[in-house]
Amino acid sequence: MEHVALIERARRIRRHILTMLTQAGSGHPGGSLSAVEILTVLFFNHMHGWSQDPYPSRDRFVLSKGHAAPALYAVFAELGILDPEELLSFRRLNSRLQGHPDRRRFPLVEASTGSLGQGLSIALGLALGLDAIPVTCLLGDGEMQEGQVWEACAAASRYQLHQLTMIIDANGLQIDGRVEDVMPLEPLDQKLRAFGWQVFEINGHDMDALKVALSVPTHEPKAIIARTIKGKGVSFMEGVASWHGKAPNPAELKAALEELSA
Amino acid sequence: MKSTRQAFGEALITLGETFPHIVVLDADLSKSTRTELFSKKFPERFYQMGIAEANMLGTAAGLAFAGHIPFACSFGCFVTGRYDTIRMSIAYAGAPVCIVGTHAGLAVGEDGHSQMGLEDVGLMRMLPGMAVMQPLHAAETLAVMQHFITTPQPMYLRLTRQDLPEMPLNDSWDPYTLRLIAGNPDASIAVIATGAPTFELLDADTYSLWHATSLKPFDRVSMSKIASKAQHIITAEDHSTLGGLGSIVAEVLAELPKHGILHRCGVQDTFGESGTREELYQKHGISKEKLRALISSL
Repeated sequence: MEHVALIERARRIRRHILTMLTQAGSGHPGGSLSAVEILTVLFFNHMHGWSQDPYPSRDRFVLSKGHAAPALYAVFAELGILDPEELLSFRRLNSRLQGHPDRRRFPLVEASTGSLGQGLSIALGLALGLDAIPVTCLLGDGEMQEGQVWEACAAASRYQLHQLTMIIDANGLQIDGRVEDVMPLEPLDQKLRAFGWQVFEINGHDMDALKVALSVPTHEPKAIIARTIKGKGVSFMEGVASWHGKAPNPAELKAALEELSA
Repeated sequence: MKSTRQAFGEALITLGETFPHIVVLDADLSKSTRTELFSKKFPERFYQMGIAEANMLGTAAGLAFAGHIPFACSFGCFVTGRYDTIRMSIAYAGAPVCIVGTHAGLAVGEDGHSQMGLEDVGLMRMLPGMAVMQPLHAAETLAVMQHFITTPQPMYLRLTRQDLPEMPLNDSWDPYTLRLIAGNPDASIAVIATGAPTFELLDADTYSLWHATSLKPFDRVSMSKIASKAQHIITAEDHSTLGGLGSIVAEVLAELPKHGILHRCGVQDTFGESGTREELYQKHGISKEKLRALISSL
């Protein structure tokens, strides 16, 4: 997809996210907005098999940071997998658009996540079980504090899963504050290399950089540390930890959508 | 004599021939869980995951989503101790993974509490959609595994470390029905047992002895029928009575208009400890002698 078209996609995805969150009255804008360029490049430029229902040979994607579900649902709306109208059912009773992804209600989300630290293990199992099909997993940086993630890192290296990619949406913030204050992770690149991964560190809002990092073939499992800004795209949300888990009210939505108008 | 873990290990090899999608994961206990047998026969379908049970369970879910039939194995206490991964990655997602917990209960013996699965049944049966199976002996272990393969679902399979007598399986077997093992089905004392303590009770002269293989779903229909005749109902299990068979039967009885007196034998809200299996069964009231004494007192 053309660069300009990708930028337009990302803008539309951000508008969907904010609209559905306001409609729901709750949800996680910060970590959804920080992942928009990552998801846009993945689904509209990089992964295969996402254009033909029922997507049998699709590249697999696991959203380990399940609280960014609005971003994934917004991508699905842009892919035509669901009607944009359905986004307004997010977090409502009986909706398949649960607050965090639910595989049983909506199989294309691949894994039921929301309890952090588990998605990479599931992606690992998919990669082991599907041989040549590429599997990508998106994690938050705060999520890297979970021990299970490092168990999975060790195992991916042991099984030389070059078809497995982990993208870390490193927005630097978690609920209680800065990741480096809550429980430091750095030097993350060195830690991942020591676990046997090939590591790329990029600006996670630079779609060209994302394309390059995603397409470089490796012999080892690949980790992309995508440095991002929490709440990216909405000036009053950017870099503000308190926008981790609260929805914009209608006035805030109006202001945000004005910033994101074509 | 054969432990159900040994029967499990042997069955994996047999079933592995027939079902090429079977994969086995273990967390550095393959010699103890007997998955070593499978690992030697089918090395390309065996995943050594190291001492990292949570990742093993998540990986098993991924393998299931990829169309495989995973058995994820460790000691019962360790594997069910990774509860949130089971809750989210397997149960909530409906991943058809067979979680295998060996070294059930006090019968682990000298290694003591840390190695004993004493809460595993209670933990697993709390999870919606999770089947909980405890085969009585070798032949039934194979049958339960075949059942899992033909009706894939999240399942916990509870197995013993110690050898148990071998018995034939009758043709009408199904995992879900409470099965009369010995005695007169209309006796006024009914003993509902699960797993190894069943063998302490085979001389059923004054009582009926029933085995519960499926602890979830539990056969409420047969249980209600038994309760309509029995004045005393005894449960026997090598597990905490909190959450285990004792709780399961109590829950059924409580919803009946009338029922006899319930006596729950098993670990009574306490920890395990070191000792021989025989000593521990005696101390915790599930030895032949202690169960006999209870029955005689009624």
